[in-house]
Amino acid sequence: MDSMRINRRTFVAGAALWTVAAESLARQAATSNKRPRSIIILWLQGGASQLDTFDPHPESPHSSQVRAVATSAPGIHIADSFERLPELMRHVALVRSVVSREGDHERATYYVKTGYRPDPTLVHPSVGAIVCHQLADDVEIPRHVAIFPGPWPPRGGFLGPQFDAFHVHDPASPVPDVRPFVPRDRLRQRTNELLDVVEREFARGRPANLHERTQHRRSIEQALRMMDSQQLAAFDVMQEPLSVRERYGTSQFGLGCLAALRLVQVGVRCVEVTLDGWDSHANNAEIQRERVKELDPAFAALIEDLQERDLWQDTIILCAGEFGRTPRINRLEGRDHWPHGFCVALAGGAIRGGCAIGESSPDVPEGSEKHWKHVVQPHSIADVHATIFQALGIDYRQQIVTPIGRPIRLCEGEPIRELLAG
Amino acid sequence: MLRERLLIFLKTILLAATILFLAVAVFGTLGLRNRLLDDGPAEPADWNSRQFEESVTALNTEFSEHWEKLGLTPAPEAPVFTLARRLSLALAGTVPSLEELRALEAQPPQQQLDWWLDRLLADARVSDYLAERFTRAWVGVENGPFLAYRRRRFVLWLSEQLRRNRPYDALVHELLTAEGLWTNQPAVNFVTATIQEGQPDAVRLAGRTARAFLGVRIDCLQCHDDHLGTIRLGDPPELREGTQRDFHRLAAFFSGVRVSGLGVHDRIAPYRVQLLGDNSEQVLAPAPPFLIDRLPAQGASRERLAEWVTHPENRAFARAIVNRVWGLMFGRPLVEPVDDIPLAGPYPPGLERLAEDFIRHGYDLHRLIRMIAHSAPFLRDSRAEFPLSEEHEKHWAAFPLTRLRPEQVAGAVIQSCSLTALDDHANIFERLAYYSQTNQFVRRYGDRGEDEFHDPGGTIPQRLLLMNGELVREQTRARSWGTAAARIAAAARDEQQAVRAAYLAVLSRLPSPTEEERFTEMLRKRGKRKRAAALEDLYWVLLNSTEFSWNH
Repeated sequence: MDSMRINRRTFVAGAALWTVAAESLARQAATSNKRPRSIIILWLQGGASQLDTFDPHPESPHSSQVRAVATSAPGIHIADSFERLPELMRHVALVRSVVSREGDHERATYYVKTGYRPDPTLVHPSVGAIVCHQLADDVEIPRHVAIFPGPWPPRGGFLGPQFDAFHVHDPASPVPDVRPFVPRDRLRQRTNELLDVVEREFARGRPANLHERTQHRRSIEQALRMMDSQQLAAFDVMQEPLSVRERYGTSQFGLGCLAALRLVQVGVRCVEVTLDGWDSHANNAEIQRERVKELDPAFAALIEDLQERDLWQDTIILCAGEFGRTPRINRLEGRDHWPHGFCVALAGGAIRGGCAIGESSPDVPEGSEKHWKHVVQPHSIADVHATIFQALGIDYRQQIVTPIGRPIRLCEGEPIRELLAG
Repeated sequence: MLRERLLIFLKTILLAATILFLAVAVFGTLGLRNRLLDDGPAEPADWNSRQFEESVTALNTEFSEHWEKLGLTPAPEAPVFTLARRLSLALAGTVPSLEELRALEAQPPQQQLDWWLDRLLADARVSDYLAERFTRAWVGVENGPFLAYRRRRFVLWLSEQLRRNRPYDALVHELLTAEGLWTNQPAVNFVTATIQEGQPDAVRLAGRTARAFLGVRIDCLQCHDDHLGTIRLGDPPELREGTQRDFHRLAAFFSGVRVSGLGVHDRIAPYRVQLLGDNSEQVLAPAPPFLIDRLPAQGASRERLAEWVTHPENRAFARAIVNRVWGLMFGRPLVEPVDDIPLAGPYPPGLERLAEDFIRHGYDLHRLIRMIAHSAPFLRDSRAEFPLSEEHEKHWAAFPLTRLRPEQVAGAVIQSCSLTALDDHANIFERLAYYSQTNQFVRRYGDRGEDEFHDPGGTIPQRLLLMNGELVREQTRARSWGTAAARIAAAARDEQQAVRAAYLAVLSRLPSPTEEERFTEMLRKRGKRKRAAALEDLYWVLLNSTEFSWNH
């Protein structure tokens, strides 16, 4: 009982401190900018082929008949399976020379989402968790959202599970289970008994960081707050007119991107929307083309609507998968995993659109093991993260002390200066 | 006139039928059923012999020495109801029923744990649940190529093997070598689950075999040698870097496996592959990535592989299953990730000894489960009178708190809202409700798929689902006939008895004095007429507690 009381007091004190910190951060934000800044991640789960998307090499003998089309960005060509994006490429920047050393889906996903390679002693936070941690604000719905989360959704890592993403599986329907089935006063009575009696008993004699670890209390409080919030409507894409929805394409992914737009509009910090199915070990050309058909209208409509709704200056879009695909085509007409030079796309007001950084190798040099040596101006994914943090006004170099006492830099990379607008 | 009579006659029949149906349903639910246990495992089990006790003592000494070395005082022993809850969650995916706890209580204290284990290991619910968990690791969660793959049949077959306690080496041997049709030889589904372009995929089979049966992840080697120093193969103490050749020589064991209208069969087919950096394809002969001298020189490819995998000197095989079963029972394996165990150590306390014991006692899975259930770490409480740190949990000096899996939470909601056990003998209506509700809930709570021990986070939707979701609403509704809340309200002698029954049914323990006082008072204030509604509130509170959603 006593320990519980102390816990509560420290909890309250901690919350107070947190509020002070939040206020100062919010003030900081207020002076530098009028609106919260957000990031939308279009996650291409499985590993999109750079050669069939943003970095076509039709001259290569292994091009799988991909043609390249000119875009509104001078000198930049992308795969001809894109129909609407070419005219918007003047707003999009490409990094065609991202190199990584992770070729397993799980490890590579971890690397690209966190900027760090898997480490048995520490779980790193994903970009969205860092953004939420660094930029405080008072949104009533979850600030970190993952739409169609795959097996490795973005996590808070050592920053704590309160920075884990909120999972949305069906953006076409309203958020489920937000209406209580008893009147409010009875619900309040129930929650009081839960928190005052049963939770207290469970904490007795158990590790002091119990609440922090389970996040049970906090999730209940957040869930209650969310249940009362008007902002919930942001999740409901069906409130958009059909004409708007149609521009995102007919896919679920398109609806997910529209939901991302609406969420960013109410102040959500990070929305990740997953488009699965890029792992084309067989029939690469066909699979990639089908995926691009879903990506293209959604990405294009998102750019247009962010601009139209005056959100462009404060939002960054990152479009990436865990790795690229082999320049060579295998016996099943497929392409295998290729972390040694792949492409990510960035867009948003703080990003200089219409440029491409680096060059990837259109063919595997014979007998070479150090593939990344054949990439012009190679960048780690951490450089891409640093660019994003810089654009969002986050000090990417700051040290954070991890729970195991080891100080670690928020991001190990350096911003790619050419990508930052003015 | 005639029509009226006919109508009356029909109405009478309808009424009689309704009464009969209700009577059957009431007796089916409320009446005590004489629960005959299924056929037990294939004895002789030597788990209650002195020899078994000695093995357990030796295992526990390893842990106590480890704790002493680290200066950790272990948590006290957990109450038997807590142990029963852990075992039911791990082995049956649900919590004990009120009725079962009462029966456990009636046993002599010294025999309670074994009595509980006996019941569980003979229960078809347990083999069904374990079969599903193993199937995830061995053939995945997808339903796969429809015509040539029958996942459900595979699970049923595996459940039968587990219930009969078929030796694990024989079981895996059959998985690796089975031939025939997926419908009448369910073991071949291990092979047919990987069908791509009409034929089984040797590469995926090699990856699965390595991860599931050897506890080594070598999938990266499919495309290239290991330049990162993360995959060490060969024989201890002199391990070497894994190569692309290692992977493909393992895959070569499966190069002749084919599928036709007659099912899975083998033919002789050389394995051809073009390694990275080579200009042409080459033929690779099958070979395992370590312990190569234990590979039989003669025989069919898959037969040789199966002999090698299950060879008593192949300790990786035993370690992999020990680590997985430990993970099932604690919610956290001894070595993480569960399928990435170094070939030359270092190993945490317990692993080598359990692997050795498993090999020496005929690959007996039931014995392994009993050993772990009797191990000092499993018996530890998750609370103590002195401060517990994360170090205690890390080194198993306190039982680790882990979040329950979605199907465990669903199973626990449904079980705790019914006072008797929902097992095979429960009537069919209960079972149907069990399955459809469980599946729906599990999807929404966030199923983890094949990734058995990785917690994907995202807890707010889980809370919303338990606070406001349909399942909890239906299961706790006081007015609805047959829910535990309604039945306790109707049958309890007084408020105190009602509160105790609810605590036992939901949290598998009695309320603390504070809790008992608070909730008895609440029930008393609401009065007898509103007692059902008050119990509905109590049920909601308990179902929404941390204690309910976590293993502890």
